[in-house]
Amino acid sequence: MIKIEYQNIFTQVQVQGTPEWGMDDNGELLQERIGAPWFSKLAGLFGNAQIGPLYLGWTGMVSLAAGLIWFVMVGISMLSQVGYSVPELLRQLFWLALEPPSPEYGLRIPPLDEGGWYIIASFFLLVSVMTWLLRSYLLAANHKMGKHVFWAFASAVWLFLVLGLFRPILMGSWSEAVPYGIFPHLDWTTAFSIRYGNLYYNPFHCLSIVFLYGSVLLFCMHGATILAVTRYGGDRELEQIYDRGTATERAALFWRWTMGFNATMEGIHRWAWWFAVLTPITGGIGILLTGTVVDNWFIWAQEHNFAPMYDGAFGYEDYGSYEAFIGKEN
Amino acid sequence: MFPKWFDKWNKDNPTNIFGPAILVGALGSAIFAAALVVTWGNPAQTASMQTGPRGTGMSVPEYDIKRVKADPTIEDYYTEEPYVPEGGEELAKDIYENVQVLGELTDDNFNRVMLAMTQWVAPEEGCAYCHGDVDIEEYGSDDLYTKVVSRRMIQMTQNINENWDAHVNAVAEVGVNCYTCHRGQNVPSDIWFNVTPVNENVAGWAAVQNRATAMSTSTSLPSSALEVYLTDYDSYVNVHDLESRVAGVPGLTDDIHTIQKTEMTFSLMNYFSNSLGVNCVFCHNSRAFYEAAEYTPQWGIAQLGRQMVIETNQEYLMPLKDTYPAERLGPIYADAPKAACRTCHKGYQRPMQGLNVIADWPELATTEAPVYE
Repeated sequence: MIKIEYQNIFTQVQVQGTPEWGMDDNGELLQERIGAPWFSKLAGLFGNAQIGPLYLGWTGMVSLAAGLIWFVMVGISMLSQVGYSVPELLRQLFWLALEPPSPEYGLRIPPLDEGGWYIIASFFLLVSVMTWLLRSYLLAANHKMGKHVFWAFASAVWLFLVLGLFRPILMGSWSEAVPYGIFPHLDWTTAFSIRYGNLYYNPFHCLSIVFLYGSVLLFCMHGATILAVTRYGGDRELEQIYDRGTATERAALFWRWTMGFNATMEGIHRWAWWFAVLTPITGGIGILLTGTVVDNWFIWAQEHNFAPMYDGAFGYEDYGSYEAFIGKEN
Repeated sequence: MFPKWFDKWNKDNPTNIFGPAILVGALGSAIFAAALVVTWGNPAQTASMQTGPRGTGMSVPEYDIKRVKADPTIEDYYTEEPYVPEGGEELAKDIYENVQVLGELTDDNFNRVMLAMTQWVAPEEGCAYCHGDVDIEEYGSDDLYTKVVSRRMIQMTQNINENWDAHVNAVAEVGVNCYTCHRGQNVPSDIWFNVTPVNENVAGWAAVQNRATAMSTSTSLPSSALEVYLTDYDSYVNVHDLESRVAGVPGLTDDIHTIQKTEMTFSLMNYFSNSLGVNCVFCHNSRAFYEAAEYTPQWGIAQLGRQMVIETNQEYLMPLKDTYPAERLGPIYADAPKAACRTCHKGYQRPMQGLNVIADWPELATTEAPVYE
């Protein structure tokens, strides 16, 4: 029987009390932590109820400032495109974009209204993302942690750099970069695939999809497994790695008996990390090869014998009639 | 109201019935709904047309179910069989003044065509819409722009039926006449005007797109696709390289297509799809849009249609710019109204679902003297 009071969507335990300030080895570290900590019941439903303090540091400041400049430049550009009409900006927000330079400019710096703003904004975005990447390294070093988060973020930054920097330079044109806009960047994605003969025939795109969907599957399996053995202490994952208890035993048995193989409390995190990290790494390789090494992936796939051929006629005439389709037959 | 033993039993056996009641109720409702759909049919049923081999996913689903029912404008269509001349009748050019395009018709047929045109284009205004509120002796006058435009439109219709037979009669004899576009209205629906640039304070590629307009079918794709691809004989719809490796820089090397050009084409194709109520795979196998061996025959028909529209706009519609009064011109650039796929198709695969509108009108089928059978 389902007992509804045990079916939970949110975290069931919230810790609220004296805020945790973190370590201060040399008595000066607190200077760089800003904001008085407070508690949010809402935040506690999803994660830790304590909000703040925030360690800003120089990397955080540079990154946020540069990111804000990029954001405002994109926003002002959109606003100017609708004649500085705020209602029109709100109406067209998902349609508008700051576009990369027109194709005829190659790698030259175009006039401001034909992509110059895009180049300047992109510079600030680059500074913002790279300093944030550095921040993830320095903070890990401060905490004497491994640099796993840094490398994982670096894999995403790799894809970002391929799309906006490496590939446009290799192609010889800034116009190959991705527009900053909600729908426009989706149009770009579709057009990119069609232009280069269907990205689905790009093996690195295939790999990226495998790792993306694989990440989703692993995350789901892992989350489900841990939640299922939480009642035996399974959510204390680190302790379970070196002191395997009944939670780990049950989780392992479940998967071994289900599919003959099981991850370990440590191994599952390595699986998940590699799947997630390989998604943008393989994706970035696939993008980098597109238009530089391969210009039509479907023809490339035919040359390498993995685009299948289909028997049968093209056109509806061989499968039925238009009159039947509109219900007018006979 | 219940017997004592029943109330006592309930009191002694307190049970939360809400959990199971919700579960059983939800499950039962689902089974009931499923049974209804299975036995009575799905109320949201879609029709679909297979357009390619199994395994390619090629089919055209019709979600807008009213489009597989009869087009409502078919009911109001007016037609009348011709009076086959026996020879020796006086011809319209000899009876009336200033008859420039339908002069070879007998009086009966001339008046038949005139009456039909009134029904198709100006059913409320009648003859006066083109000839003015004057005596019939003065009908030869070209004072009104509507008459001058009508004459050119008759020539356009004749040209389309005569020279673009491979498009308008591609699958069966359908043809076009005034009603194909006008559907009883003075100005046909789904005409179009130039709108680009659509964005302010930007130039080039950024200026023609990223705006929800009628010309972009409310997408963020370029709003200039029809201007570029449906008015210019030299425009060239092509987005792929046909070799797996090609040297060159897009935008700087000729023949190297750009992503921007692909987006322009995407916008045009989106317009095609919406105009006909079909999707990509009506013409293409979407795994390789350019692959000629995997086009459907409809690709060729559409290709001819595009050339037909370019000619129609260039030779007939755009030159009328100075003939129209200001209120008939484009709202932004005062350009002449132009035609494209949707002006005739109106969202259907075949205009008026393949109704033959030329069989009764040999006068509109040729630029020469009509052939009656």
